[in-house]
Amino acid sequence: MRNDELEIPYQIMDPTGKMQGAMPEGLTDQKLLEWYRLMWEIRYFSNKTVALQRQGRSTTWGPLNGQEATAIGMGAPLQPQDWMVGSYRDSGAYMAKGYPMSALFYYTRGFSVAPDLVGPDKRCLPYQIVLATQTLHGVGLAMASRIKKENAVTMIGVGDGATSEGDFNEALNFAGVFKAPAVIVIVNNGWAISTPRSHQSAAKYLVDRAVGFGMPGRLVDGNDVLACYSVMREAVERARSGEGPTLVEAITYRHGAHTTADDPTRYRDPKEVEYWMGLDPTRRLKSYLVEQGVWDEAKDKAMLQEVENHVNEQAEIAYNHPTPGPDGMFNNIFEKLTPRMLRQREQLRHELNLEAEVR
Amino acid sequence: MTLTATKLTIIEALNQAMATEMERDERIVLLGEDIGKNGGVFRVTDGLQARFGEDRVFDTPLAESGIIGTSIGMAVNGLRPIAEIQFAGFMFVAMNQIVSQAARIRLRSAGMYHCPMVIRAPYGGGVRTPEMHSDSMEGVFLQTPGLKIVLPSSPYDAKGLLIAAIEDPDPVIFLENIKLYRSFKQEVPPERYTIPLGQAATLQEGNDITIITYGAMVPVSQQAAHKLQEETGASVEIIDLRTIWPMDEEAIVNSVTKTGRAIVVHEAPMAGGVSSEVVSIINDNCLYSLLKPVARVTGYDTPFPSPGLEDNYMPTVSRVLNALRKTLED
Ligand SMILES: Cc1ncc(C[n+]2csc(CCOP(=O)(O)OP(=O)(O)O)c2C)c(N)n1
Ligand SMILES: [Mg+2]
Repeated sequence: MRNDELEIPYQIMDPTGKMQGAMPEGLTDQKLLEWYRLMWEIRYFSNKTVALQRQGRSTTWGPLNGQEATAIGMGAPLQPQDWMVGSYRDSGAYMAKGYPMSALFYYTRGFSVAPDLVGPDKRCLPYQIVLATQTLHGVGLAMASRIKKENAVTMIGVGDGATSEGDFNEALNFAGVFKAPAVIVIVNNGWAISTPRSHQSAAKYLVDRAVGFGMPGRLVDGNDVLACYSVMREAVERARSGEGPTLVEAITYRHGAHTTADDPTRYRDPKEVEYWMGLDPTRRLKSYLVEQGVWDEAKDKAMLQEVENHVNEQAEIAYNHPTPGPDGMFNNIFEKLTPRMLRQREQLRHELNLEAEVR
Repeated sequence: MTLTATKLTIIEALNQAMATEMERDERIVLLGEDIGKNGGVFRVTDGLQARFGEDRVFDTPLAESGIIGTSIGMAVNGLRPIAEIQFAGFMFVAMNQIVSQAARIRLRSAGMYHCPMVIRAPYGGGVRTPEMHSDSMEGVFLQTPGLKIVLPSSPYDAKGLLIAAIEDPDPVIFLENIKLYRSFKQEVPPERYTIPLGQAATLQEGNDITIITYGAMVPVSQQAAHKLQEETGASVEIIDLRTIWPMDEEAIVNSVTKTGRAIVVHEAPMAGGVSSEVVSIINDNCLYSLLKPVARVTGYDTPFPSPGLEDNYMPTVSRVLNALRKTLED
């Protein structure tokens, strides 16, 4: 069973941009135009990072093209006091919550977070690499919000492959037992590197697991930004009102390679990719906006140019931002370095001066 | 048919080792993430699923604890699993299964059961990978009685050591350096051969000073030794440990007794690691031959840094050269 063989999950706008359900309350054309632009900011950010990686100026990067609607669904319903804890492929969701693109570029440039670029705390935990680990952190953040009686919800992102890790299952269990104000979103893009979704679990839907952990589960079309927003907003509200966690499975697709180090032609049928390209979330929203008479090709072209300029500026900011210095590996390990570490840092500084002489 | 040696990378040599053994021994199964159709993210298992079938070479759900835990069960029940963990840093996810389980099955069952399995994992820095893809964790395993730990530095050794690891009746951690994977080719005989676990290799003989090293620091040490030789005429002995448990104490002791001076080089952090053990062995056995304190050139006692900072973390030729010079001073 592949993702394209699933029954149609919850959908408001079909792939041609036709409304199959009611517009979620409070959404205006203005808002949808904003999201449409944001989708392209996310996609161009990813494309730019790939280009920088090809020039040897960025680390290995996992493109997120195709997953923009899910990303916006995750970020848009959140308030500033809410938390976001995603995987490495959820940077679109971070942007939707207001995390600056330049700060993301700084990371892909090869350094840990630059607080100056992040600005005031965005309550986005830096994404980490060990699959599913962040789901427990997210549940812990939410448990703390509950204990502290804060009006805050935690949005947690995790890949379909990562749901096989023990941590993910422990996270769901804790979330259920402690009624954590959390929304756990499985971003099911069909693949975990070369491993198809069908190989991660014998269950038809990953969201079926919600039953076993005592929480509601929602299956949603991850390429329909309206459906994503509607489902996730409802889950966020539910968490905020003290009713506990929700598990969401968003069915989407990874258009590109797993990372810049991956060759998907080894394991993926090009026909499958073509099929999903037809379900591209940007196309769908664009068709709708054109149909509404608020968008056209000329506006589209101008907007894409603006977005490209904006993305380039953001990259520029990140690449002009000061780096930690050659002994930066000693920064931010402890509040105070131990005597041994201080000696090692001295030694490194000394050796860096000598380097020129030896070479 | 006469078999002729061909030049292989470490990746190709490992692939050949597994193919050779799987051909002879039906009990061998390979499991891990993306090792089937994709041939592993580094292609070490390339073509093996097509050749040996999906029952013997299979992708697992993404779950390291699951991979190691089920490998233990399969090993106890008569198979010879070779589990691949995609990057060594993700072995931490399976630490309970490795340290508290695989390493203790023989002991716990008073020898009724044992655990003949190999855990292969790429490790090491220098190629600008993201967080947790560059860590050197051998020191952690050195602190785990019940595991053997192998770190080959050449294609020839990689093949012979992997076959020995597969043959071994106990769990073996087989750490493959990412930077060395494709960095050079070497003649590798096509036939089966083994290199005993616990035997170091003396890569070059010398009288003035000994370098004890392994993994990706072997070529770095060789370059430093070469420069030193050109510069001062000093003759350097280089020992590649190849396995750190069992550790070849005899090779270390004989060499340092002869030269009276030594440095230890590895990219893993310094505290409580392999170099600490080597220095202790020297201290226990060669104290009266020592002319200078043993120097250590290692990664710093910090987490492995972000890619933008890793060049200054990894021991360099000049750091090794400085240590050699200092240790050679009277
Ligand atoms: C614990 C752990 N094991 C293995 C990996 C290597 N790895 C990185 S991404 C990935 C696939 C993840 O797939 P999925 O969860 O579906 O997320 P996607 O990449 O599709 O967004 C793997 C196996 C890792 N990062 N962490
Ligand atoms: Mg996936």
